[in-house]
Amino acid sequence: MKVLVPVKRVIDYNVKVRVKADRTGVDLANVKMSMNPFDEIAVEEAVRMKEAGAADEAVAVSLGPQQSQETLRTALAMGADRAIHVVHDGELEPLAVAKMLAGVVGEEAPDLVILGKQAIDDDANQTGQMLSGLLGWSQGTFVSKVDASDGAVRVVREVDGGLETVALRMPAVLTVDLRLNEPRYASLPNIMKARKKEIARKTPADLGVDTTPRLNTLRVEEPPKRQGGLKVGSVAELVDKLHNDAGVI
Amino acid sequence: MPLDRATLDRFLETVDSFVAERLIPAEAEVDATDRIPDGLVEEMKRLGLFGLTVPEDYGGLGLAPPEEMEVAWAVSHAAPAFRSAFGTNVTIGSQGIAIDGTEEQKRRYLPKMASGEIVASFALTEPGAGSDAASLTTRADRDGNGYVLNGVKRFITNAPVAGVFTVMARTNREERGARGISAFIVEAGAPGVRLGGPENKMGQKGAPICDVIFEDCRVPGDALIGGVEGRGFKTAMKALDRGRLHLAATCCGLADRLIRESVDFALGREQFGRPVAEFQLVQAMLADSRTEHDVAWALVRDAARRAGEGEPIARLGAEAKYYASEMVGRVADRAVQIHGGSGYIDDYAVARLYRDVRIYRLYEGTSQIQQLVIARDMLKEAGGSPP
Repeated sequence: MKVLVPVKRVIDYNVKVRVKADRTGVDLANVKMSMNPFDEIAVEEAVRMKEAGAADEAVAVSLGPQQSQETLRTALAMGADRAIHVVHDGELEPLAVAKMLAGVVGEEAPDLVILGKQAIDDDANQTGQMLSGLLGWSQGTFVSKVDASDGAVRVVREVDGGLETVALRMPAVLTVDLRLNEPRYASLPNIMKARKKEIARKTPADLGVDTTPRLNTLRVEEPPKRQGGLKVGSVAELVDKLHNDAGVI
Repeated sequence: MPLDRATLDRFLETVDSFVAERLIPAEAEVDATDRIPDGLVEEMKRLGLFGLTVPEDYGGLGLAPPEEMEVAWAVSHAAPAFRSAFGTNVTIGSQGIAIDGTEEQKRRYLPKMASGEIVASFALTEPGAGSDAASLTTRADRDGNGYVLNGVKRFITNAPVAGVFTVMARTNREERGARGISAFIVEAGAPGVRLGGPENKMGQKGAPICDVIFEDCRVPGDALIGGVEGRGFKTAMKALDRGRLHLAATCCGLADRLIRESVDFALGREQFGRPVAEFQLVQAMLADSRTEHDVAWALVRDAARRAGEGEPIARLGAEAKYYASEMVGRVADRAVQIHGGSGYIDDYAVARLYRDVRIYRLYEGTSQIQQLVIARDMLKEAGGSPP
């Protein structure tokens, strides 16, 4: 079985992001970038499937600027076998990403595509679903458990109010949730070995995809400053405040 | 082997994440229980930290000195007990064998030290021989093909968890100084090796030390490092040379952590209606600490670069260890001062780190011994005959 793992380079989750003065976006200058944490979980799952003998090959793919290679090297250091870099500067929207991934899937013919349920930068939560739509494949979203064998995959999905277990025919697209696993730290020996692994380069044109944005970002704003809270002495006082001051009950 | 910058940066980023997500959250527990959880030690092994300096031919990563120092700096943003867990494998515990050992000794021990399967410990200090290490009295008497060791080693870092000791012992009783000393590899399970009780230290909880007692401990002839008697003191000094820079880098990493803690606290703590960071007397302390850190770190990096190019750095290493250990003492003191009363409470990291950093001016050569090393080298260079 072959697993394709798309990974995205995003602002590190520890960075406190700042909106650019002209409100056109977020300031990316000298900001630490890392692999999208949900994608790390996807890589970890693919590597575990390899270690368990369920998968033979895990291929990482990333779409983005030259520096996306660093993200791919991290995936390789975690245990992916090889990587594909689709080089693209500038903004990419989920539909363009899904189309390019569909092109890569066409070339690579994986049995499973495992990716994060969303990226922590734009929180779109669309790419996996669009990809399965474009491919006409089964999809399992918000996955917290995966059991793949013999052409079928059982996944547990985190849905509102509980868990749902579904069986999917392969090939399938899985988008993973936080609780699926705890990703490993790439060890220094493996980081050194990853230097020798192959990263193939492609362009959107190779995949025949027009990446022109279809959305226009009008304005980006900081979240409103949090107001100071206050402590209450009793439940009665709390109810009083909620009723009379906040007017919510 | 020298790494390309991108590869080293990727590893340093991993170390940074590991420190922030795994080690720092465990600091209070380690301090309270005087023990690093086994699982965390295993994680450090998997990361490759135990094998940073062991040559690649023997299963390690063979980092060049500049790379090793950057890793030491990064790891040392967590409480020093964590670095200490693998520190002896990277420095004094393995380097005696790596530098002066026979091929057979290297093949036998270094791969297991690199993986962390065995913890390596360095046994030089004795109850009567600290700074005057050459006066040590542990004996290794020839007996047939082997040796019999008798004596007591004191304050031995990682002894309670060690698998192998590098033991300096006197093989020539007629020769009272350094030339009568030989270095041996002694396995912890050997008959006649006994451990003393745990010491209750001022700081660095979770970094165990104790006495190691040799009572008619028989070791085979091939336990003699390098297979030649009388070279043990030199071997010990070479291992300490390599260790000094590493300790200096450790001091710098800790200082950077203390400074960051101080800045965060000063920005958040308000007095007289504004953050204490806005007061110039606090700013002066921050500026002094940052400047002194940067000076020390520049010295360490320069020495590491020279060491990597094969220059002898005995004096620079002593300067770096001397300055960086004194520097982190001052930085820790200011960090407590900036925290005010809170800095005296163990819930704040700076209170624990204040106690932790005191050892750096004492072990692997006190500040005064480093001063002697530096001054003697200066006088030798000038053609004088040092006392």
